[in-house]
Amino acid sequence: MSFMDHLPILVVIIPLLTAPLCVLLNRPILAWFVSILSALISFFIAIQLVFQVNELGTISYWLGGWEPPWGIEYRIDLLAAYVLLIVTAIASLVMLFAKKSVEKEIPENRIAYFYAAFMLAFAGLLGIVATGDAFNVFVFLEISSLSSYALISMGKDRRALNASFTYLIMGTIGATFILIGIGSLYMMTGTLNMADLAARLPEVADTRTVRAGFAFLTVGVGLKLALFPLHLWLPNAYAYAPSVVTAFLAATATKVAVYLLIRIILGVFTLDFSLQLMPLDTLLVTLGLIGIISASLVAVYQGDIKRMFAYSSVAQIGYMVLGIGLATTTGLTASILHLFNHALMKGALFIALGAIAFRIGSTSIKDFSGLGKRMPWTMAAIVAGGLSLIGIPPTVGFISKWYLVLAALELELWPIALLILVGSILAVIYIWRLVEAAYFGKPNPYQYVQEAPLSMLLPLWILVIANFYFGIQTDFSIGLASSAASELSGVGR
Amino acid sequence: MTELQLITWILLIPVIASVGILITGKYPNLREAVSIFAGIGLFSLVAQLAAITSLENPQSLVLAEPIPGLTLSLSLEPLGLLFALVASFLWPITILYAIGYMRTHQEKNQTRFYAAFAVSIAAAMGIALSENMLTLFVFYEILTLSTYPLVTHAGNEKSRKAGRVYLGLLMGTSVGFLLLAMIWTWQLTGTLDFKHGGVFSAEADPAILGVLLVLYVIGTGKAAIMPFHRWLPAAMVAPTPVSALLHAVAVVKAGVFTILKVSVYLFGIDTIAGLAVADWLAGLAGLTILLASLIAMTKDNLKTRLAYSTISQLSYIIMGAMLGVTAGIIGGGMHIAMHAFGKITLFFCAGAIMVAAHKTKVSELDGLGRRMPFTMLAFLIGSLSIVGLPPFGGTWSKWMLIQGTMDNGIWLFTMVLLISSLLNIAYLVVIPVRAFFKPENNSNAASPTAINEAPLASLLAISIAVTGCILLFFWSEPIYQLLGGIF
Repeated sequence: MSFMDHLPILVVIIPLLTAPLCVLLNRPILAWFVSILSALISFFIAIQLVFQVNELGTISYWLGGWEPPWGIEYRIDLLAAYVLLIVTAIASLVMLFAKKSVEKEIPENRIAYFYAAFMLAFAGLLGIVATGDAFNVFVFLEISSLSSYALISMGKDRRALNASFTYLIMGTIGATFILIGIGSLYMMTGTLNMADLAARLPEVADTRTVRAGFAFLTVGVGLKLALFPLHLWLPNAYAYAPSVVTAFLAATATKVAVYLLIRIILGVFTLDFSLQLMPLDTLLVTLGLIGIISASLVAVYQGDIKRMFAYSSVAQIGYMVLGIGLATTTGLTASILHLFNHALMKGALFIALGAIAFRIGSTSIKDFSGLGKRMPWTMAAIVAGGLSLIGIPPTVGFISKWYLVLAALELELWPIALLILVGSILAVIYIWRLVEAAYFGKPNPYQYVQEAPLSMLLPLWILVIANFYFGIQTDFSIGLASSAASELSGVGR
Repeated sequence: MTELQLITWILLIPVIASVGILITGKYPNLREAVSIFAGIGLFSLVAQLAAITSLENPQSLVLAEPIPGLTLSLSLEPLGLLFALVASFLWPITILYAIGYMRTHQEKNQTRFYAAFAVSIAAAMGIALSENMLTLFVFYEILTLSTYPLVTHAGNEKSRKAGRVYLGLLMGTSVGFLLLAMIWTWQLTGTLDFKHGGVFSAEADPAILGVLLVLYVIGTGKAAIMPFHRWLPAAMVAPTPVSALLHAVAVVKAGVFTILKVSVYLFGIDTIAGLAVADWLAGLAGLTILLASLIAMTKDNLKTRLAYSTISQLSYIIMGAMLGVTAGIIGGGMHIAMHAFGKITLFFCAGAIMVAAHKTKVSELDGLGRRMPFTMLAFLIGSLSIVGLPPFGGTWSKWMLIQGTMDNGIWLFTMVLLISSLLNIAYLVVIPVRAFFKPENNSNAASPTAINEAPLASLLAISIAVTGCILLFFWSEPIYQLLGGIF
């Protein structure tokens, strides 16, 4: 086997091994350097994987050469390759931004540990995506979650500890539920390999154990996903975590959880089981819609902008879940597209907020007064990211909204279509509060504020430009999303 | 240049101009020269395009394909050509006017002002040349966003509130209704291209078509049909050149232009004629015509009064589109041009009065005719053109619209148009008449009334607009021919 054949495991292993390396080096600058290097390497591996999967179809990698279902299988299909690409790309950009932000927000003697925890979280997320083994999913989930708790608790504000603790409790409940779910499926089928599970489950589908297992799994993933009403941990965790962590988690962690949800309800179980036998479609559509409207409404009233965008994330997760719940190929395409597109917009927005926190040490709306003049490039990026969040053409947000509304209209669910657009209008309101504060307010004359440094503006504007580029040139994103969606919804099967 | 090159440059010139304006921002004379030359260049390109294009067989320029099967593309058709000609002709003239106005008024941030102005024109050109509804929608939203800094130019609390109304209504209606209608159309027909005779099949459910038509008409907030009209009076906090070009010509005409395009090319006038809901929408337009006129009479602020007059005039065009007859469409299309020249004259005059005499209220204008005879004469001509009296351009469009209501057969609509003309006299023509024949009220009568007109650049712009009002009476035939080419 050549080097190229080992890519599915390398993409996970490299960041995983970087974590102890950071601790060993124990110098801030060196830790940062190896971290960004490993993020970039994983990014190039992910690109390579996308090409391989596109050309040769799903890759099945046997860990240690043990044949599945006995050994652990890593399985990279189109959707997995696509999510790996998103996660690694965002991680690379966030790492570029991280250097200065971390220097400012984390005490110097903990910086190396910070990067170590960051790499663990990163590796965990990649592992969840790459593996084809249900128990492995749980292991990686715990790796990423535990390191996230540590990362969030490093926030400067002491309330970060509280936020991290809440997340720890909720996250552990979620992880336990997932474990119980996996356990009951294992009990009924005797296998942990997801492809094998999918083959064996139909025989025993009509038992209470399998149905209970399914319920435990979805609720557990729902907690990780911050699906309304299981989202209560998210706003505080995002608001008080260090800027780098917020930017990374907001753009990737929820995406991986959405991926996991799709994997479970469509990959392990079948569409018939999840959505017809169990009434998950009604549940997802209802919760998604309530999430969109209520979280957007709450976002309008937030005084802290980081928290405002955190609530907006809960709403955006609603869009993704809604697309899955519609249970058509178009709906699924919309969800997968939004997975990618939302990573681009929230990545940009939270990096911009990080740059502002770097300069003025606050993200309260009061302190945005007059920033339009003081930090023109950063604020322009927030406006552009905000337009994408609202869904104004020609941004990526518009493309996601288009597919989602189209999916609702195809099913003649026009009230849902209207509600999706109401969500957009609410986004106009909360984005424009920010615009008004930044461009109409008077700058604080006692504070000297400069534009953010280039190392922050660069990743920020790469993401902003990506928001527009993928809103116009959509061959790549729509192509991938729609073929992944038709692969999953079993059109080919 | 070929047709496609011309279309490309028509879109690019205002964009390049806005970059040029930002670069030359430190040198006001150079900056304004950039604007003026870009404007003249743009109009000459549009005119050249009009000359070489065969409208029977237009070529299309594909910019991108954001959704498989759905492109962002531009091409030329009669309505769009008319809109592009009007907007590009009036741009350099408004800049000429703005030079006088903005400098005398000592406005701040003039570079941002001229740059955003140029981007708005680019968006208007994009709307005019759109080949399908998606392209139109993209430029429609760009126009909303690029005019926002112009509306809130003053940067004070009042303009911030106005900006909120402006953006809220325009973006709310377009995202909530227009986008929904568009995606729905796409879902039903698989196309958003503007086609002769419409895109819907003959078997389409009339109930759904009716809902769609309502969504399109109320979703086009820029057309300011009641109850979605509040943004237009709010936008009057902007400097007068903005109110003149954007809120009497480019933005509002983009709205009614969208409705005309939708009714001619997405529904087709035969379909419209068959939909009962179209008559109700025409009725709503009629109600807007009358109510806006009545409100205009109560407004003492000159610009607000003109804004309500615009709301009323826009609904003429909406009514024309909803009648489902050829004369209605032609009349509506002609009214885009005729009302543009008439109303821009009035706004130019309102700005001139504000700059020279520092007056903004109608009640203060008595006797001003002696101080500003030229401006007031221009105001008289502009308002007569809007009333629809010969020998001014407005005559023909109103004629065609009345003929449209007769072809449609609902006499109530004919009555609405006639009553509205009378109301126009009562709230517009009365202003110059009182200015000439009433004595000044706060007379410091001892001082001899010296002539005190607006700056020369502004007067020049006013005279060009007035000449347009008169020439269009005699040259309406080409416009009629052009619009006849739709069918």
